[in-house]
Amino acid sequence: MPLSALTGTKLRDLRLAQGMRQAEVAQRAGISASYLNLIEHNRRKITPEVMERLADALQIDRAALAEGRNAALVEDLRSAAARSGTMAEVERVEEFVDRFPGWAGLLATLDARTLALERAVEALNDRMSHDPHLSASLHELLSSLSAVRATAAILAETPDLDADWAARFHRNLHQDSERLAAGAEALVGFLDARQGIEEQGIAAPQEEVEDWLRSRGWRIADAELAAGLEAEVAGLASSAARSLAGGFLARARSDAEVLPESALAAGLAALGPDPLLLSDRLGVSPLVVMRRLAGMADLQAGLVTCDGSGTLTFRKPTTGFPLPRFGAACPLWPLYAALGRPGQPFEARVQMAGQGERRHRVVAWAETRHPRGLRGPELREAAMLILPDEGEGPVLPIGSSCRVCVRGDCPARREPSILPVEGLA
Amino acid sequence: MAAHVLLIEDEPNIAEAIRFLLTRDGLRVSHAGEGAAALVLARQDPPDLVILDHMLPGMSGLEVLASLRADPASRTTPVIMLTARGRDREVAEQAGADRFMTKPFSNAEILAEVRAMLAQSGRTP
Repeated sequence: MPLSALTGTKLRDLRLAQGMRQAEVAQRAGISASYLNLIEHNRRKITPEVMERLADALQIDRAALAEGRNAALVEDLRSAAARSGTMAEVERVEEFVDRFPGWAGLLATLDARTLALERAVEALNDRMSHDPHLSASLHELLSSLSAVRATAAILAETPDLDADWAARFHRNLHQDSERLAAGAEALVGFLDARQGIEEQGIAAPQEEVEDWLRSRGWRIADAELAAGLEAEVAGLASSAARSLAGGFLARARSDAEVLPESALAAGLAALGPDPLLLSDRLGVSPLVVMRRLAGMADLQAGLVTCDGSGTLTFRKPTTGFPLPRFGAACPLWPLYAALGRPGQPFEARVQMAGQGERRHRVVAWAETRHPRGLRGPELREAAMLILPDEGEGPVLPIGSSCRVCVRGDCPARREPSILPVEGLA
Repeated sequence: MAAHVLLIEDEPNIAEAIRFLLTRDGLRVSHAGEGAAALVLARQDPPDLVILDHMLPGMSGLEVLASLRADPASRTTPVIMLTARGRDREVAEQAGADRFMTKPFSNAEILAEVRAMLAQSGRTP
């Protein structure tokens, strides 16, 4: 099991917390005390079998050891390294986090702030380039200015100008100066009316919505949906996030109407988490079933959805299945196989790179829509439900995204990893 | 006979100023405030040079330019394109504009461009 560099340190901390001696734990695990000593000092890698036995000896969850209490911080720093493209010692990030948690937290905070500012700049740049109101206002100003400049130059440079022409140009000048003043006022009013820079840059709107859902445990009860969550949505920082959250809630309400919690729970108890079976028996689309299953607390299911471009439009993570925050996901995800073949289910037992022996069962399904009828474009949406899996059998090795994937022999790799890749010197 | 300039500009005061300048310089100027009327004018009275605003009501300046370039009679007529946005330059040049001027331009600049282009095409103002 490719555990983190400081798994040994964690083991030692956990043993000491329980007041156990090395010899005692080693005996229970069936290994020598000297071997345990080397493990605890991170000088020996641990095989999955030994890890299992040590976890049993300490009566702890093996996953807790593998993940560590700072897993989120580690992931944030890895993402920061991936974005910066610098040659940070990514392979030692866990050691850094464990030894200097304060500095690591500060670095992650600064990276998040940098990212927020970059987004703010991007948003402002987009506004300058693409905002039709701003573009029209500037065009109006420049047109007025052009007329003023040309007319004023004629008046100033033509001493023998005919009186009628002079009167005409003076009138034009007056008109254009009025237009210029009105245009400038309108522009200032337009810019003042817009939200500030901070609104644009806190996070990508999708992340803001996901943070909000995460704070609710990714669950909104049907009763809450019916009562309305406008106050919570209004509390989101950016208008784009509020708009996305509004769309999310509208769809959640629609899902809840066609598949209420009670019917879902009964169906799940009788049939298990099979989206197609549930879809058939309950008479709703598999996508609705998958979205509803992802909202059930007991199931601990993750969910990703994507549009026809493959862009992830929703990300509900689950333990041991890190989802990419930036860029595209692993092309081997069955989500993309489903996207290419709407109406055909894809199921696979998968093993995420860097997550040890942990496995998941994923089910993917895609549908098409034609919101503008026969002559309009075909829209696709795919979803992949991610379920914990204890079963045996062949697995599909996948990753989160190429930049942070350690698989060395991946036929689908599109860019080098920033992490040390398995099987390569 | 004076060279003929077709001015396609929807801002009446800009059009009036340019028309005054060019007429005073000895040119014959016809004016249209939008694209469709301009194309009719161009067919009826082929110009020696076109001054074309980029942002017009109805047909855009680029659409007018494409129509001019599609017509054998105006395929090689020099066109000066006026715009308020510098980033339109590349698009305008790809579409077949011979010169590109951003607003606010000076009277001297536009006069110089018109004279130079007429001279290049063998017409004197």
